[in-house]
Amino acid sequence: MSDTTLIDIKEEILSENRELANQLRSELESRRVFLVNLMSSPGSGKTSLILQTLSHLQPSYRMAVIEGDVDSAVDAERVTKEGFPAIQLKTGGSCHLTAAMVEKGLQALPLDSLDLLFVENIGNLICPVSSDTGANLNVAMTSVPEGDDKPLKYPRIFQASDAFLVNKTDVADHFDFDVAEFRRRVRRLNRDAPVFEVSCKTGQGIVEWCAWLRGRIEGHG
Amino acid sequence: MHELPVTKSILEIVLRHAAANGVERVSAINLRVGALSDLEPEWLQSYFDHISGGTPADGARLRVRRSPLTFRCGSCSAEFDAARESLDRVACPDCGSGDASVVAGTSYTVEAMEAA
Repeated sequence: MSDTTLIDIKEEILSENRELANQLRSELESRRVFLVNLMSSPGSGKTSLILQTLSHLQPSYRMAVIEGDVDSAVDAERVTKEGFPAIQLKTGGSCHLTAAMVEKGLQALPLDSLDLLFVENIGNLICPVSSDTGANLNVAMTSVPEGDDKPLKYPRIFQASDAFLVNKTDVADHFDFDVAEFRRRVRRLNRDAPVFEVSCKTGQGIVEWCAWLRGRIEGHG
Repeated sequence: MHELPVTKSILEIVLRHAAANGVERVSAINLRVGALSDLEPEWLQSYFDHISGGTPADGARLRVRRSPLTFRCGSCSAEFDAARESLDRVACPDCGSGDASVVAGTSYTVEAMEAA
């Protein structure tokens, strides 16, 4: 063993992505654009939540969406149909958006005439959390049919996000989702982050979520 | 799949330090990974073997050290470590309260490398 040398490194993995994300954050701050990164499993209702949020927050803010998908443009089409600018990023197989991909989306948007920008990440509860997108706010969503044990299975995303949504409360009677248990599990991983119960179908809880989001945007200055 | 970007980042960091230190062959790499990070060491090694071929890190062994999951008690503020598996039934060893929250366990670093 005497012929080996231990060389100290102590460097964060994926720091290159984080550095670019930090650059994007400063760039967006200087242009006064607030970026929200939305993460969830496939099918939790990310696009529906974004559409509900856009419709509630207009005309207070000028808004647009960067849609991430492996290989389709259906989400961006839904957003543009509602009259909001949307850029579709196709990751070509990659399971999350990196800061470099978000940068491409930003280059395609008129940033000087925007106040609020949503990034809809790839539907996945594991990979997106390791890759900083440059967002000011990371929001994770789950939905009633998915069950209340997601914080136990995917603790990292619950530990690393700033707020949580439980969507599809309109079908709560048909499932065994225990909201109190879910909140307790979230709190164990992330003491101060709020949990909003919403239904993108009926609009329930959207007002509370949007009021909180507005507070974060205004508080950011 | 999600191990791939992580593996690329590890290789990039190691090759940069190998070049800076004039290292011709890296025999082992010490990683520190938080208890909450979803990372399968076997996959990590197999991706690494694949992408490091022909570089000074070719054949290097990845040693993953899991850092503990640390909680802070909401009642008495004591900090304690617990296994990830006990996430749903953790209790403060000092006061017995179940109202504890995670404060650390998400590190993701290349600690050191062994040059042969």
